[in-house]
Amino acid sequence: MPILQIREALREAIDEEMERDDRVFVMGEEVGYYNGAYKVTQGLLEKYGEQRVVDTPIAEAGFAGVGVGAAMAGLRPIIEFMTFNFSAVAFDQILNNAAKLRHLSGGQFTIPMVFRGPNAAAHMLSSTHSQAFESFYCGFPGVKVVSVATPYDAKGLLKSAIRDDNPIIFFESEVMYGVKGEVPEGEYLIPIGQADIKRPGSQVTVITWGQGVPITLEAAKMAEESGIDCEVIDLLTLRPLDRDAILQSVKKTNRAVLAYHGWPYGGTGAEVADLIAREAFYDLDAPVERVCYEDINFSYAENLEELAIPSPKQIFDAIAKVAYHSL
Amino acid sequence: MTSTIPSTQAPDKDEVARVFKEMLRIRRFEELASRAYTQGKISGFLHLYIGQEAIAVATADLMKDGDRVVTTYRDHGFAISLGCDPGACMAELFGKKDGLVGGVGGSMHFFDKDKGLWGGYAIVGGHLPVAAGHAFASKYLKDDAVTLCFLGEGAMHIGATHEGMHLAGLWKLPVVFVIENNQYAMGTPLKRQTLVDDLTVRAPAYRMTSDRWEVNDIFETRRRLAEAVERARKDHQPALIELLTYRFRGHSMSDPAKYRTKDEVEGWRKKDPLYRAEQRLRDDHGFDDEAIESIDDAVVDEMQAAVDFADASPQPDPEHRFRHHLVEDV
Repeated sequence: MPILQIREALREAIDEEMERDDRVFVMGEEVGYYNGAYKVTQGLLEKYGEQRVVDTPIAEAGFAGVGVGAAMAGLRPIIEFMTFNFSAVAFDQILNNAAKLRHLSGGQFTIPMVFRGPNAAAHMLSSTHSQAFESFYCGFPGVKVVSVATPYDAKGLLKSAIRDDNPIIFFESEVMYGVKGEVPEGEYLIPIGQADIKRPGSQVTVITWGQGVPITLEAAKMAEESGIDCEVIDLLTLRPLDRDAILQSVKKTNRAVLAYHGWPYGGTGAEVADLIAREAFYDLDAPVERVCYEDINFSYAENLEELAIPSPKQIFDAIAKVAYHSL
Repeated sequence: MTSTIPSTQAPDKDEVARVFKEMLRIRRFEELASRAYTQGKISGFLHLYIGQEAIAVATADLMKDGDRVVTTYRDHGFAISLGCDPGACMAELFGKKDGLVGGVGGSMHFFDKDKGLWGGYAIVGGHLPVAAGHAFASKYLKDDAVTLCFLGEGAMHIGATHEGMHLAGLWKLPVVFVIENNQYAMGTPLKRQTLVDDLTVRAPAYRMTSDRWEVNDIFETRRRLAEAVERARKDHQPALIELLTYRFRGHSMSDPAKYRTKDEVEGWRKKDPLYRAEQRLRDDHGFDDEAIESIDDAVVDEMQAAVDFADASPQPDPEHRFRHHLVEDV
């Protein structure tokens, strides 16, 4: 099976969907002549031309809104944010237009579009460039939110996102574009709304997504060496949640840890913890643990940043804690 | 540049009577909405279009199939002029099941896609990029349609407005931006919002053509708007137009408009395009009180029927609140 980087898997998804449907186009800063800030769109301008691979000035509110307007008029835009940090200045377009216009128009308009780009901390970029936006974009109705961590998931889910008739927020990771993995030849789709068990296990459920996935798998390996068998669930879709996958696993293991790149206050981690507390309370043998960012703005300094981000060791400690395992 | 509307010929009696009636339909609709608001039948924000009717009527006249209007929360006038059912419009204001969008939007969010009303938008300036996006799609799909995007002068000072205009100019999109300068952003007069007197000075920076006039005569307004629309259609040349107009009511129903003088309001009343059309019918076409009243009676009957329809319409079904958030929510 071919081995691809995440950026290549994303590119294949976009390429195949553009090939398949003339209404699909990519728009964003540096997506064309520069071949993509992170090379996701490399080669697409040459293949599809300026009409369908559209370089924009630095005007996120402008081109996010153009995407919404184009989607309402029958196109299927893929709007690339160089990083989701810059989506903050386009927030009104996503919150008040993309997410609301179908409802506001009584179902007259359909908004089939994808907002995609890297999310969460990269490396030493300080506070404005290190933010996890999942709590913002999962915090209102009218959108679906996806987060990927492997080339296989990246391709299958981006293709589904492009074909979905709703606005989709699609999170990638700046530090994971080079991550390699198997991607089958030929077309496949991964349904939005389904979590994936990245590692089956019986004693502790660890729920994660995005950049949390590799560190959680590392923590699960550490746990295995200590005799604790973890099940790692990659949510993949953060809104709507795959409640069944979460509850089924927790009811089996009776223990749950949330491990993710994101702030602790509110958001998906809190939502999942709440779900488990309400729907699986009597199945729990220990309180739910959460390992995530510290509740602070990020610093540039390497040591300060490292301390704010969850480590495999911290996740392992949380696993050990819910398993009442003496360290 | 030839417009779709003959500009050399003076409008005949029937045409003057028709536009008078169309403008009057909006005014009477708004007056009845105002009354219903004071009766407690309408809640939330209600922004009336009284004084600006000529713009919506002129616009509806020059639009071709597929053309779109994207406008602000002061959107009832366009709905009426574009042929939306007044009963559905009033029912929307009443929050009823038979409302234009089923009671989910209210006054500020009118949509009727098939009639060319692509939205009343309630976040100031946020609709300009969307309108540019409609025009982007028109160019992409080669559908020959023009998007007419209306904004208040108060929207000229927020970022999204300029990003939308900038991209429309950069990509040469078939869109016409029309500023309805009704002199006040809520209670703030233009001179306290900006140091420029002429808002179209921004147009050259975005490589847009521009035009600017006071909306006294609906026929002049229609002709000059049509010129910009046809340039957008044929040459993909976007335009920025400033229309000097006036709203005779406050910003919304909760605004007594104490920030302006009686003299100022009276001065604009003399220039009111509806009043001027009526004078034209009387002076040039021999309409007497009875002839004017007969038009008015028909219009009042139509709009009263809209109120009756809205009154009779039931509230939306409780389950309706779950619909249309995602396409799966049918």
